[in-house]
Amino acid sequence: MTQVPDENGRFGKFGGRYVPETLMNALIELEEAYRHYSKDPDFIAEVRYLLTKYSGRPTSLYHAQRLSEHLGGAQIYLKREDLNHTGAHKINNTIGQGVLAKRMGKTKIIAETGAGQHGVASATVAALLGMECKVFMGEEDTKRQELNVFRMKLLGAEVVPVTSGTRTLKDACNETLRYWVSHVDDTYYILGSVTGPHPYPMMVRDFQRIIGDESREQIQKEAGRLPDYVVAAVGGGSNAIGMFYPFIGDASVKLIGVEAAGRGVDTDEHAATMTKGRHGVFQGSLSYVLQDEYGQVQPAHSISAGLDYPGIGPEHAYLKDTERAAYLPITDAEALEALQLLSRTEGIIPALESAHAIAQVMKLAPTLGSDQIIVVSLSGRGDKDVQAIMGYLEGGM
Amino acid sequence: MDIQVNAIDAAFARLREEGRTALIPFLTIGDPDLGTSVEIIEALEQAGADMIELGVPYSDPLADGPVIQRASERALANGRVTLEDCIQVAEHARGAGVKLPFILFSYYNPVLQFGLERFFELVTAKGISGLIIPDLPIEEDAELRAMAEAANIHLIPLVAPTSNDRVVRIAAKARGFVYCVSSLGVTGVRADFHQGIDEFLATVRSATNTPIAVGFGISSREQVERFSKQADGVIVGSAIVRKIEEVVPLLQSPAMKQDGLAQIRAFVGELKG
Repeated sequence: MTQVPDENGRFGKFGGRYVPETLMNALIELEEAYRHYSKDPDFIAEVRYLLTKYSGRPTSLYHAQRLSEHLGGAQIYLKREDLNHTGAHKINNTIGQGVLAKRMGKTKIIAETGAGQHGVASATVAALLGMECKVFMGEEDTKRQELNVFRMKLLGAEVVPVTSGTRTLKDACNETLRYWVSHVDDTYYILGSVTGPHPYPMMVRDFQRIIGDESREQIQKEAGRLPDYVVAAVGGGSNAIGMFYPFIGDASVKLIGVEAAGRGVDTDEHAATMTKGRHGVFQGSLSYVLQDEYGQVQPAHSISAGLDYPGIGPEHAYLKDTERAAYLPITDAEALEALQLLSRTEGIIPALESAHAIAQVMKLAPTLGSDQIIVVSLSGRGDKDVQAIMGYLEGGM
Repeated sequence: MDIQVNAIDAAFARLREEGRTALIPFLTIGDPDLGTSVEIIEALEQAGADMIELGVPYSDPLADGPVIQRASERALANGRVTLEDCIQVAEHARGAGVKLPFILFSYYNPVLQFGLERFFELVTAKGISGLIIPDLPIEEDAELRAMAEAANIHLIPLVAPTSNDRVVRIAAKARGFVYCVSSLGVTGVRADFHQGIDEFLATVRSATNTPIAVGFGISSREQVERFSKQADGVIVGSAIVRKIEEVVPLLQSPAMKQDGLAQIRAFVGELKG
């Protein structure tokens, strides 16, 4: 298999760097610093140390026996990213980029956030490394995720409500990029997903691949073989690419990304970028985009703020078009049902994002034999969503 | 067959003979509506503009500050103005007698979705002379640049104070003029420009024989005069869009429309001095 991305940040035709000229040298400088430090033993050791001692890695791969029995098919293993410090896989990336920012001599970090998970993970790392932190968050999301706003403030970060456009994640990304354009000299932008201009999709994948690397080793140790399926939820796609990447060369392992179908892919309210989107340039890279026929980006909808995004990382577009991975939609209602099932059968309340992956497993597992294996990324825990879920379950959709 | 001279080149040649600097206003097409945009273009010409940037409204204008973002939102809310609508406005303005060179300013995705071939056929037919695509750096522009050159449409590149060693490479490929970004950040009115702006402009100047124009944050006659000494053109965007925003209620009232247009004319006339 050829190495992706190439030196221009291309995954096949996807990716690239579609940004204002003002940012080009900052991105080139970032790429050079990343290529340098990712081979530096001291840098690698520091990141590894923090992942182990601070975040608690490796996370366990847990055989969900009651869920497997209940669904009556394949054996289901959960990769417990929810057990990370701050409750989701996001910290893998913010630790990596935070340490990189420090090595680059930056004193301030900025980040965008949707649900607040990446914002919290960024604020956490900023506190840990003694850096200033500003988090841009759509005004709508600051209302939906009040508790996370407070968590970020508690961690010493400043939360900047974004009032442009749809006032959600996509506009928080725009605003963070705009701010970065004016402050490139001393500010490092910790992008939270495998989206945006090169080198972010490559770099964030590399920081998240620990999910798949650990899973691949753990399943072989526990089951003596590779899984038949690997399943992960996809918004921008960072936990999914982290999970998929080490398995890409294993032809027998089928990769399934699960995207948010919101109220249904035949309604106007979904975030099913792969199912309903087309190729386009959005926020710095060429990928699939939810857009109208004129190229205006469409607002997305999902019960899960982390999947509520009209774009997707370019490497996923590449995996889809080369047919190495399949991308399937799950509705809000299906995700809620899966969340309750996992809570009751295993005593694990998943994040709404991760519940989408579980919902796909609910469809897939019963079609498989009991000797088959599904590894699913449980990307985050549901604590942050409990209040919203209460609203949905008691107040209706 | 005659090689047709691009209207932007002709305008700069004439300005050079007259010893003048080009005033290049920007407006967002469809703000507040398509018909009014034609009238604003006429007003800008009457007020002494030398070329005009026609901004295509976009849902995610990364390089723009709040003023132009709001203009985009207004244009998209008032009947989903498309790339094709914007090019039609250029044609209608020609029909109304406007002679100035038109430069289409669009983010890349609307152009990509329209289809590059179809796009160049249309802009050529409708008398557009130049293109500015703020999210298409030189690393990504090969296909579009080749088509633009074949169509004799100038692809006008941006250079920023952070471009450093990229300036030479960018300026070498520039057609029409080099758009020098006056300060780090997005578009919008500001009092201060980037430290080292003079040195930056001198660097760009020494890198090319193509005219250079300065934009981002220019809003007053003093600022226009300041940059007229160093550049061949001065671009005024947000300040004019903000003026248009101020007079939107007038522009939307049949009885008051002429007052609104007169205010825009007066504002641009004042910039021009």
